Amino acid sequence: MTSCLDNTEDMNNDEEISRLSAEIALLNVELNKKRALLKKKQKQCLTKLDINRYSRQIILPEIGVEGQKKLKTASVLIIGVGGLGCPSSMYLASAGVGTIGLVDYDEVELSNLHRQLLHAQCNVGMRKVESGRLSLNRMNEDVNIVVHDAQLDGHNSLDIFKQYDVIIDASDNLVTRYIINDTCVKAGKPLVSGSAIHCDGQLTVYNYKGSVCFRCLHPKPQSPETVGNCATAGVLGPVPGVIGVLQAMETIKIIVDHPNVLHNSLLIYDGGDCEFKKIKLTNVKRNECICTRNPDDITINMDYEEFCGSKANDKFKTLNLLKKNERITVLDLNELVSTKNPFLMIDVRKKVEYDMCHLPFTINIQLSDLKSEDTRSKLIEKINSFSNMTPNLITICRRGNDSQRAVDELKKYTEITNNVNWIKDVIGGLYEWSMQVDKDFPIY
Amino acid sequence: MDKVLNITTEFTSGLQLLFGNVKKHKLVLPEAEKPWTLGLLLFWIKDNILVDKDKWYLFLKGNTVRPGIIVAVNDQDWELLGDLNYQIKNNDNITFISTLHGG
Repeated sequence: MTSCLDNTEDMNNDEEISRLSAEIALLNVELNKKRALLKKKQKQCLTKLDINRYSRQIILPEIGVEGQKKLKTASVLIIGVGGLGCPSSMYLASAGVGTIGLVDYDEVELSNLHRQLLHAQCNVGMRKVESGRLSLNRMNEDVNIVVHDAQLDGHNSLDIFKQYDVIIDASDNLVTRYIINDTCVKAGKPLVSGSAIHCDGQLTVYNYKGSVCFRCLHPKPQSPETVGNCATAGVLGPVPGVIGVLQAMETIKIIVDHPNVLHNSLLIYDGGDCEFKKIKLTNVKRNECICTRNPDDITINMDYEEFCGSKANDKFKTLNLLKKNERITVLDLNELVSTKNPFLMIDVRKKVEYDMCHLPFTINIQLSDLKSEDTRSKLIEKINSFSNMTPNLITICRRGNDSQRAVDELKKYTEITNNVNWIKDVIGGLYEWSMQVDKDFPIY
Repeated sequence: MDKVLNITTEFTSGLQLLFGNVKKHKLVLPEAEKPWTLGLLLFWIKDNILVDKDKWYLFLKGNTVRPGIIVAVNDQDWELLGDLNYQIKNNDNITFISTLHGG
């Protein structure tokens, strides 16, 4: 039992506690305000360590103390932590850019490592933004790395872009490039755009000091079959390396307000011939282009994938060109091999891919060569070499698209269809063979 | 004035694949009744130097280059010069660039 006196004491104590709590809360607010102000003030000036660390670039008249302060307070968003995003983010983090945002929806894969140098072998399977953040903070712990683990689209782009001063397009597909352009135009942000494939690279800056935007140059999207990607066309690591480093350079120039930022020009790098060429672009915005409108009237809500007729990634797209009964699975194929059914199997990939890896019981005829009469007569000789048996004809490729096209092509010629039982392709190609039949067969 | 035109064309950023993997072509454009314009040159290229003739649609669409190809005359975007109507001059260097999107 508590006495009456105790009750009064308790009440006084409770009041005291809530008064103190309220006071502490107020002081905490005040403390956080002062901490933020201190951080802001510290950010605006260079510490002793900053001066030591960045001295070699501060000495340049183009940078100076003012330029280094601008870098320290700047924020840059990099879309794509791949072949272009890795080198550009490395140079910007090392140059002391205060905040770097990374956007990517993907994981690190083994086939990325030859060109995406932020990602270490031990990080295969990790989210790219996370692997990127760890590596960049190892290089420079003072840089604030913000990760956006998301696929950029018309709904999320504007809120992300608003937080940054400069946007770097280091993406790998046309759909994303249109989304990035339109969002930069709406948000009024300069866009440092780079691309690379094979031995070729390109660089330009859009939407900077009244310059044209990506849509001024490309009002209509090019058709998907004319767009190459690194997975099928290949890319030599130093090529995106060169372009990514140049993107970092132009970004630094924009931040320090350098007079000669590359805009209204397109820089072309031909790694094969070791040649750079600069093309002067039109500086007149295209009539009725999105960039001629008032930003308030721009909405980023079109169906970009439908507009481009392609997806917002450079992943493999499965086609269904043949009927079900014109195709076999890898398990069917394995069965045919073990039962010694007579068949002739054509691997329709490029010779260089065939040389990398192939099944022992195949011959290599590239898809485009099936159109040649000479090639076909050699094929018919092979078919006839089965003497008194009529063989089946099977086509295979990397993932099962070109093999379907090959079946369509082969069926055009009666001299072939008359001499075989049936012509079918292998669903999923060598990739599925590796997945389901022989896990030691290389995937690429 | 010479009756024929000597020009150079360059196909870069992958377009050379349609032209037997040859990037630079020194061309002699024959004498013609009408002055040589870029519009006429496109079809002359298709008929005379395009190697992969089946894939002409990777070069042209309608009466002009397909979307995604930038044309430059002496390192200037043809849009600065009147695009299809630009009158070709002796020694012009005409570059066709396929826009890249990989990264």
